Amino acid sequence: MSVDLATVRKIAGLARIATTDAEAEALLPELNNILGWIEQLGEVNTDGVEPLAAVIPNHLRLRDDVVTHDQTGGGIRDAVLANAPQAEHGFFAVPKVIE
Amino acid sequence: MTDLTNLGIADIRDGVAAGTFSAREVATAFNAAVEKGRPLNAWLVETPEHALAAADVADAARASGDLKPLSGVPLGIKDLFCTKGVETTAASGILKGFVPQYESTITSKLFGAGAGMLGKLNMDQFAMGSSNETSAFGNVISPWKRNDGGNAALAPGGSSGGSSAAVSARMAPGVTGTDTGGSIRQPAAFTGISGIKPTYGRCSRWGVVAFASSLDQAGPMAKDVRDCAIMLEAMSGFDPKDATSLDLPVPAWEKGLSGDLKGKRVGIPREYRVDNMPAEIEALWEQGIAWAKDAGAEIVEVSLPHTKYALPTYYIIAPAEASSNLARYDGVRYGLRDLPDGANLQDMYAATRADGFGAEVKRRIMIGTYVLSAGFYDAYFTKAQKVRSLIVRDFEQAFEKCDVLLTPTAPSAAFGLGEKSADPIAMYLNDVFTVPSSLAGLPAMSVPGGLDGQGLPLGLQIIGRPLDEQGVLNAGLAIEERAGFTARPGAWW
Repeated sequence: MSVDLATVRKIAGLARIATTDAEAEALLPELNNILGWIEQLGEVNTDGVEPLAAVIPNHLRLRDDVVTHDQTGGGIRDAVLANAPQAEHGFFAVPKVIE
Repeated sequence: MTDLTNLGIADIRDGVAAGTFSAREVATAFNAAVEKGRPLNAWLVETPEHALAAADVADAARASGDLKPLSGVPLGIKDLFCTKGVETTAASGILKGFVPQYESTITSKLFGAGAGMLGKLNMDQFAMGSSNETSAFGNVISPWKRNDGGNAALAPGGSSGGSSAAVSARMAPGVTGTDTGGSIRQPAAFTGISGIKPTYGRCSRWGVVAFASSLDQAGPMAKDVRDCAIMLEAMSGFDPKDATSLDLPVPAWEKGLSGDLKGKRVGIPREYRVDNMPAEIEALWEQGIAWAKDAGAEIVEVSLPHTKYALPTYYIIAPAEASSNLARYDGVRYGLRDLPDGANLQDMYAATRADGFGAEVKRRIMIGTYVLSAGFYDAYFTKAQKVRSLIVRDFEQAFEKCDVLLTPTAPSAAFGLGEKSADPIAMYLNDVFTVPSSLAGLPAMSVPGGLDGQGLPLGLQIIGRPLDEQGVLNAGLAIEERAGFTARPGAWW
């Protein structure tokens, strides 16, 4: 199954990557080559095979429902904001999203 | 004191403990080697003061009889590991200037074990690449040269290319790497060093910049098998902050090392005899089989019938997971923000990601977005996960007949920079022998086996059962003892 230029633009839109016409045209054969290559999986009979869920058997754990005080815990607002391109009044700042 | 940089991790640990030299002397020697090695572009950030501070703690600990497992050992850290207060970019423009406010579990463990940090190592951008050519901060140049009199710059492998260059150029006795489809083993093979990817879940992924979460595993790269065992012990262990971390004790791998393979069965997968494999790699493989026999092992031929489908499976699953993981780079919380005049929020996302991601990263995000999109999910992603189940089953059946598998690590020696970068699929094919065991989450390592006709290192790979790092390390040691690999690149830089 090959993709066309409109599909490349649509994928770029879904992926939130701004793409010029020239870039989309350059990506088209690259993506089609890769997609053509991965389509050989169609040869494999997978009837009755379950998709893999975990490579090593493991079970999901629950932790106590409390604020932890390690590096993932609360009370570290300034550290959370330290790398923000723009932070104001203790929040991440973004361009206006409502008119 | 320059010859201190010839020492490995065990030698440094033991020498510091015995007082043969001080940890400060070791750190000073490696700091100087890092500075002298700048033409190789292996380091993105140098942290000589970190290495010296850890060395001073080690020297004081020796005086007070309080040495830790890695006291006095300075290490290089792949730039995929978040290091508190030290810029971490995953070699991508989109994370330029990102200074983590926390320490990854792996680096916490290594520093807690007494190790110091020489710096952060260059890599393929977001670990996507097999030659270190996708870094936003320039190629790493392998310290190795062909013996043909030419001066071609060679790839150190990837994605852990700064890591492999640093050890082989004697700028660090050991380094961290990460392996998603071969990113520890292939660069180790290309540069004549050892590296092990442990069982998925042994090493915490917390604080490691995510690429493909069901595949990503950290591991050590070092001069030899013993050094890998020492470092892996310090890196492994349960971490409640990683949902896929295995809650199991860490075996004493160094203590358990033995190159005696009596009673062990070494499997040779027939499907790894791929078309167009260079005769020298075939010959090295045969040599490796002879070494395993000499170590007492029984050789058995096994079959892994779905081997040829591992790469296409990987190039669905890894981009799919990457497209999801890399959605976090939005110009809001950290890293680059590109806000064109009059842009709205959606424009800002798209402009930031267009600017910040390199070409290979964009390519993989696009593939991943496509295979996960409505109408294609089952045809691509679910299909790939089913084939992945078959690949896991192949290994399970093979391990009914043998204890470890022996294969070449890569289908070629190091190639020249620029030789493969124009053709993504040619580059992907370099991981043909390493990707299947990644898809199955198995422990696997590369050890140097010899040199090819051009004087370049070739590696042999050992793959083990889940959780049998000891079996992998022991088979690696048996080969190391017989290969007697002592070649190293001349210091031309």
